[in-house]
Amino acid sequence: MYETTYHRPSSVDEAAALSARDAEAKYLAGGHTLIPVMKQRLASPTAVIDIGRIPALIGVEVSGDMLTIKAATTYFDIMNSADVKKSIPAIAHLTSVLGDPQVRARGTIGGSIANNDPAADFPAAVLALGATVKTNKRSIAANDFFKGLFTTALNDGELITAISFPVPAKAGYSKMRHPASRFALTGVFVAQMKNGDVRVAATGASQNGVMRVPGIETALKANWSASALENVKISPNGLIADIHGSAEYRANLIKVMAQRALG
Amino acid sequence: MSAIKLTVNGKSVSADAEDRTLLVHLLRDQLGLTGTHVGCDTSQCGACTVHIDGRAVKSCTVLVGQANGSKITTIEGLSRGDELHPMQAAFRDNHGLQCGYCTPGMIMSAVDMVHRHGGKLDEATVRQELEGNICRCTGYHNIVKSVLDAAGRMKVANAAE
Repeated sequence: MYETTYHRPSSVDEAAALSARDAEAKYLAGGHTLIPVMKQRLASPTAVIDIGRIPALIGVEVSGDMLTIKAATTYFDIMNSADVKKSIPAIAHLTSVLGDPQVRARGTIGGSIANNDPAADFPAAVLALGATVKTNKRSIAANDFFKGLFTTALNDGELITAISFPVPAKAGYSKMRHPASRFALTGVFVAQMKNGDVRVAATGASQNGVMRVPGIETALKANWSASALENVKISPNGLIADIHGSAEYRANLIKVMAQRALG
Repeated sequence: MSAIKLTVNGKSVSADAEDRTLLVHLLRDQLGLTGTHVGCDTSQCGACTVHIDGRAVKSCTVLVGQANGSKITTIEGLSRGDELHPMQAAFRDNHGLQCGYCTPGMIMSAVDMVHRHGGKLDEATVRQELEGNICRCTGYHNIVKSVLDAAGRMKVANAAE
């Protein structure tokens, strides 16, 4: 790892001020993506700004039909949150199949969303539920947030503070885990919103990162059941093909994971 | 450089370290606690597992600054003098190790696991919870046996205290 300077600000404003002073600085929460890429020298921030202990960025709140998870809340705390389990149990389940216990103790939802790894789990939940990503500057709708591989709508120095999820009528998540990395070979989050809208998002499948799956959404809107997807065909165009699986394999996985996500 | 203050295995420790220093390197190279191992250095194998403020984490993926001010427990901090921790004793009695490289990490993960689940551990849970620790010798069978055995011993030990 190249040399860097560590900062531990005590507030969001202090963190943003540190970032504004140094264009090459990076925010650090759990560090379970940033530190590995720093070790590989693929990232060499002049400074890391540790937001992982800022109290305003940690915690879970439910208000009416909205579940808000603050950005630096760890996967472990999300998985065990009574509020998450009660309001959107599919998110608690997603967190329980993400990484391993030690990784869940450190990794954060904000870090996952900001990094937008094409095989990360949380982008699927954020997109499928039509969540709102809150930053220190503005609110960004999930539809506008994910911009392709490792790319988001965040501007330089902009810091995610929380993610607000509308509580759905029904939701589920299922993924085929890569057995070594535990990333999603393909994962699908299905959601039926309280207004009857159906939204489905797949991660690990597309070359452009997390994506909606309109064919499955239409079928589930007509009939919310696994059997409704029997004859749905997913196109392999634009899907990832690598040593782990072909584009056709992933196209099939999208359907099968959606069926399993329906429970 | 930063001045890092930690409580390691119950003792206050101060050390100067470059900001890019990983916790595992501070523990091994500066504090001489070489029981914590570096296996993969990519947050997968779990040989570097220690407890930070009571929670098992991979110390190869934590900067010393992030740990600053925290309580750290390493494998050296588990036994009471010559008396092995129940988890260590269970690994010995059940032949839960062969080459021993992964063992400190296995034991630190397993102790955290038992604490989190109380006495309610079954084989499936232990196997699932050990996903963050890789062993290339044992095939895991005796490790799982050791953890289940220790869960019972720790329950008894807690009840006695």
